[in-house]
Amino acid sequence: MTNYIFNPDLWDRYGGRFLSGFVVTIELVAITFIIGFFLSMIVAVAWTSKNKWVNLPARAYMFLFRGSPLLAQLYLFYYGLGSFTTFWQSAGLWWLFSSAWNCCLIIFSLNTAAYQAEIFRGSLQSVPVGQLEACKALGLSRWTSFTRIWFPQAMILALRPFANEFILMIKASAVASLITIYDVMGVTKLVYSRTYDFQVYLWAAVLYLIIVEVVRQIVGFAERRITRHLRRI
Amino acid sequence: MKSIIATFAIIGSLLYSVAASAQDLIIASEGGYPPFNYVDSNNKLTGFDLDIANALCEKMQVKCKIVAQEWDGMIPGLLAKKFDAVIASMAPSPERLQIVDFTNRYYSTTLAVAVPQNSDIKNLDPKSFAGKNIGAQAGTAQSIYAEDHFVPEGANLKVYPSAVEANSDLRDGRLDAVIQDKYPLVDFIRHDGKDCCKLLGEIEGTSQPISIAIRKNSEDLKRKFNKAIDDIRADGTYKKIEEKYSFSNIY
Amino acid sequence: MAEYLALLSFSDGGWGKVLVAGAFVTISLALCCLPFGLCLGLLSALLIRSKIAVLRIGATIIAGIFRGLPELLTLFIVYNGLQLVLQYCAQLLGYSGSIGINAFFAGVLGLGLVFAAFSSEVWLSAFNTIAIGQYEAADALGLTRLKTFFAIILPQTFRNALPGLSNNWLTLLKDTSLVSTISLVDIMRQTSLAASATRHPMFFYSIAVILYLLFSAITGFILKKIEHRYAIAVKRVAL
Repeated sequence: MTNYIFNPDLWDRYGGRFLSGFVVTIELVAITFIIGFFLSMIVAVAWTSKNKWVNLPARAYMFLFRGSPLLAQLYLFYYGLGSFTTFWQSAGLWWLFSSAWNCCLIIFSLNTAAYQAEIFRGSLQSVPVGQLEACKALGLSRWTSFTRIWFPQAMILALRPFANEFILMIKASAVASLITIYDVMGVTKLVYSRTYDFQVYLWAAVLYLIIVEVVRQIVGFAERRITRHLRRI
Repeated sequence: MKSIIATFAIIGSLLYSVAASAQDLIIASEGGYPPFNYVDSNNKLTGFDLDIANALCEKMQVKCKIVAQEWDGMIPGLLAKKFDAVIASMAPSPERLQIVDFTNRYYSTTLAVAVPQNSDIKNLDPKSFAGKNIGAQAGTAQSIYAEDHFVPEGANLKVYPSAVEANSDLRDGRLDAVIQDKYPLVDFIRHDGKDCCKLLGEIEGTSQPISIAIRKNSEDLKRKFNKAIDDIRADGTYKKIEEKYSFSNIY
Repeated sequence: MAEYLALLSFSDGGWGKVLVAGAFVTISLALCCLPFGLCLGLLSALLIRSKIAVLRIGATIIAGIFRGLPELLTLFIVYNGLQLVLQYCAQLLGYSGSIGINAFFAGVLGLGLVFAAFSSEVWLSAFNTIAIGQYEAADALGLTRLKTFFAIILPQTFRNALPGLSNNWLTLLKDTSLVSTISLVDIMRQTSLAASATRHPMFFYSIAVILYLLFSAITGFILKKIEHRYAIAVKRVAL
């Protein structure tokens, strides 16, 4: 009966592939999250700017990437924009579109940057005004008060939402399997097509849950550590 | 407000329930494999497979209901009794034979490879594909063939949810080759791929029958289908369908 | 330009009609998930707050599972796995006919469960904002627990939960694009079919993105109005 849930023979044959799919998923999400982080800082600054030439493109970008599904964005980029081969080749940009991995990196980064910009803005605004006033009273330069006082405190507030966004990215990364990337989902479909054994989907479920739980534990630990100055004990 | 939502919920689920009587034979096909099964602009499944299916149902004097199904849900759906037969150019591979049954063939095919016009791949030897990107539809006999023969020699196999997407990527230049059944590939090169791609050749020794997939222990249905296949070959219906798609001796 | 308009026409050979049908599927899928997900989310929030350990732990684990799994995987498991489970049960009971779960129902179930898992978190934090005084006052007035819940607590909780729930709704709307992988012809699947049949992927996928943006914008607007209406009674402290 347990062979329905976990067949050791199946694991011997295909376990290695699952683990490599696991690594691909982690790579994809980690790289795009970091790229998105830096990109979102730029977008958040543009968004809060008073200059409408800077503000409007930022808002349009965020509306586009937060209002439409990741799958639609991915297909639009990979199959839609990617169909103009000769144009991109003459512009020297074909390398961006030719590999599914690059397309995933680009679209996932753009997508997560839009969500992270929202988190950034929210957390930057939540730092108590008194902190910034104190900076001015102490005569700190704008750069110092931003990097030493404002940003670190905002990051503490933003930790939870960023962790959530990371987890959402892990889940969203499954759509990469639809454009030939062998992440956990892609490997699952491959193994299923050779064995027709439904339990491979349960393995995929377990793998994703492990990733998500590990991330949550790490973030919980990090949060407890950096907010220890705020607790009574 | 909540009652409006509730009404929508009920209407929605009613609109999309499958209402099939017990006598109907439900047949599934894919829709992404021209000219055997594809979808026209009215969302109607059309193609060689569908014409064969309708002809067989007529011969068996059974009312048939055709449903569309994604390729990777074909076998699970068959096993789960969502439909009773799969007529979607499916080959009786050893993996599939372990869990489902197949009727006699309704046509035969070989595997073939297509490459871009300016490709430097000269022959079908697996070694000449080392380091190249080969595309195939996921979960098909051709993807398994590619995995077993081309990947060990160093090729990169890329799998797609449907054959049409693999062909698109060949046309867009992301793939160095595509491996597929001969007839859909020839159809692709004749129509959408005539400017970009050419047929490299058929792979020797990969001739395989294409049959109808049914659940195991459905001897009655299997007999009926086999008899119907023989009947349509005998009375000329098969030839008429063949000619409609410009095939010859596809059996 | 005229060629593109022709592709969208509503007559034979144009894809306009089927695109509208696909849009209808997307919207009705999301609307059907909504009551199911909201009620289930509320129920699981209550279970997670329950004093009975079994219910609390069970609900927490199940909600955690559906929050952690990719929707793509959830849909596939619900669509195929549930069918297998039902079939197995039917066999045990001696019924040998076919039990069909059609793709729409599987989509509603799968996405509804995910929506419920996320909205249970929103409900939980909304419950936390209700002052104990409310419960005490209701007790003092002699209201039963059931009446307290539905007449006093729920309206206030709903108001607090509304921003979070509307975020979840927007996510749900976008997740409906994934049902294209379980043979449901929604906007995404329809535009894929059109794109591969007509060899104009850029055009049709842009239409898909525009349709989703349109739905997000319209529902976002409606939700803002609802939030505003509910918030009239509450003065927010400006931070």
